[in-house]
Amino acid sequence: MTTTPTAVGTSRDRRGVAGTVPATPAGRRRGRAPGASRWAAVGFAAPLLVYLVLFYAYPLWRNIDLSVHDYTIRAFVQGNAEFVGLEKYAEVFGSSVFGTALWNTAVFTLVSIAFQYAIGLALAVFFRSGFQLSAVLRGMFLVPWLLPLIVSASTWAWMLASDNGIVNSVLEAFGIGQINWLTSPDTALISVTIANIWLGIPFNLVILYSGLQNIPGDVYEAASLDGAGPWRQFWSVTFPLLRPVSAITLLLGLIYTLKVVDVIWIMTTGGPGNSSTTFAIWSYREAFGTGQPDFSPAAAVGNVLIVIALVFGFLYLQLQRRQEES
Amino acid sequence: MTVMIRRRPLTRTWWKTVLGLIFTALMLFPVYWMFNVSLTRTRDLRADPPHWFPWDPTFEGYQAVLAQQLPALGTSLLIGFGCVALTVVIAAPAGYALALLNLRGRRTLNFVLLVAQMIPAVVMAMGFYAVYVRLGLLNTVGGLIVADSTVAVPFAVLLYSAFMSGIPREMLQAARIDGAGAWRTFTSVILPLSRNSTLTVSLFAFLWAWSDFIFASTLNRNGDLIPITLGIYNYIGNNTTQWNAIMATAVVASVPAAVLLVVAQRYVAAGVTAGAVKD
Repeated sequence: MTTTPTAVGTSRDRRGVAGTVPATPAGRRRGRAPGASRWAAVGFAAPLLVYLVLFYAYPLWRNIDLSVHDYTIRAFVQGNAEFVGLEKYAEVFGSSVFGTALWNTAVFTLVSIAFQYAIGLALAVFFRSGFQLSAVLRGMFLVPWLLPLIVSASTWAWMLASDNGIVNSVLEAFGIGQINWLTSPDTALISVTIANIWLGIPFNLVILYSGLQNIPGDVYEAASLDGAGPWRQFWSVTFPLLRPVSAITLLLGLIYTLKVVDVIWIMTTGGPGNSSTTFAIWSYREAFGTGQPDFSPAAAVGNVLIVIALVFGFLYLQLQRRQEES
Repeated sequence: MTVMIRRRPLTRTWWKTVLGLIFTALMLFPVYWMFNVSLTRTRDLRADPPHWFPWDPTFEGYQAVLAQQLPALGTSLLIGFGCVALTVVIAAPAGYALALLNLRGRRTLNFVLLVAQMIPAVVMAMGFYAVYVRLGLLNTVGGLIVADSTVAVPFAVLLYSAFMSGIPREMLQAARIDGAGAWRTFTSVILPLSRNSTLTVSLFAFLWAWSDFIFASTLNRNGDLIPITLGIYNYIGNNTTQWNAIMATAVVASVPAAVLLVVAQRYVAAGVTAGAVKD
């Protein structure tokens, strides 16, 4: 792991193998001290199990509980909220925000990962070719990914400011008039998407680069002996061989992007109106974004978001399992 | 082969270096801009066109950071280290159990951990809020440490168990022959061998806790001790004119990221590719 950054597939491979191989030594151990090692295993895993129950299962359960009751801030403290069944879900699906949020979530997510992937891949291929300083520069590309999101988001907000933002100032030099990036309903979603693309490039670059490193060099030698130029080599060697890594990168990107709150909230708070409101933002705003917290619909939206994330999550796990088998 | 590649850049690929520098400059422009604005005088902030370079730098912004944000920086450090400690204490033994101790239900637990990483933070925040309201843990540093650690723990367990399952079994057998029990083997064989995994895990746990905004803004909104991310956020809300001070705070808040990148870049890359999860 430390010598070469393993590709996603490989590291999972190893884990998969670990699941089946240790039968021999463990079996022998069990023969010597029956039950002892199993109890040791439970003992070592116990903190994690307790942790998962207390800090994952319980909050998630409370979240479901919130969505099927009518929680006001008072009921929250007193704990006597009225049970309303699926009423809050019906409200959410029937709300005028639902369609907008669905559309915005789809656009934000798909456009983000498409550009992140394309740019990340282009850069990975570029850096793979090797030149002086390439390792240093590749390291510098990690910076946006490491910065706190609030730092990047507020920097982008200032750069995209209408009156004296640097972006408008540059565009002006090319004769393009002032664009109200964050304050116009037409461009707010585009603005947050641009910032999010920028944020996601490092992740895509690193994973795709390590995927490229796993493609053996002689494949390229063979291709170039066959007279394939760089362009041809990319489309008939690199791209097909990278497909498993690409699929995993895209799906992981999708799952992360679905849950993005910070960037959008800091730049536009989902506005103006609902023009950059995604499901995650909608949920956040209902619960915490206004002076009047409305936890029940927020929890309902949150649970809808979980379902969407899990659908793609299972797709991802499925894909990974298939790759382990092959 | 390597020799050929080494020799080539000097003669034929200098243009790639130039191109690479241009790409990097474009990519890092927002970071430069943050730095530039942090040094700009308040009266020049609204200049049109903006000043591309802080010819006449001011440190007002940084003075404001020192005057107002030191407690927030301290809180963030505390939360970061607390999160690292909690994560390692829970994840390292669990990784050992998953990878080497033939734990029952190992596959299910692996699956649960993978799924746990996909749950949106905003949902977790709401759940934690509901739990903390009753327990009186809202606006406490401890509560925030626990919430922040939920991002890192599943990742850390998977990373540990992936690494530990590669440890040669002969070493465990040797330890057992020497009379070491499971605990002794863990502390004197497994943990020292997993030093690099611990570094990667700690690095990410710290960075995620340091950068967290969602949990801080929901669980610690009215706390006496707010982390630096919330410090910046409140700044934006309070005085939109002093962007040099906001950006100065942002620069200071970026210092850990910069330090870690310089000191531990390979651990960062390793963490990202180990099927890393970050939102």
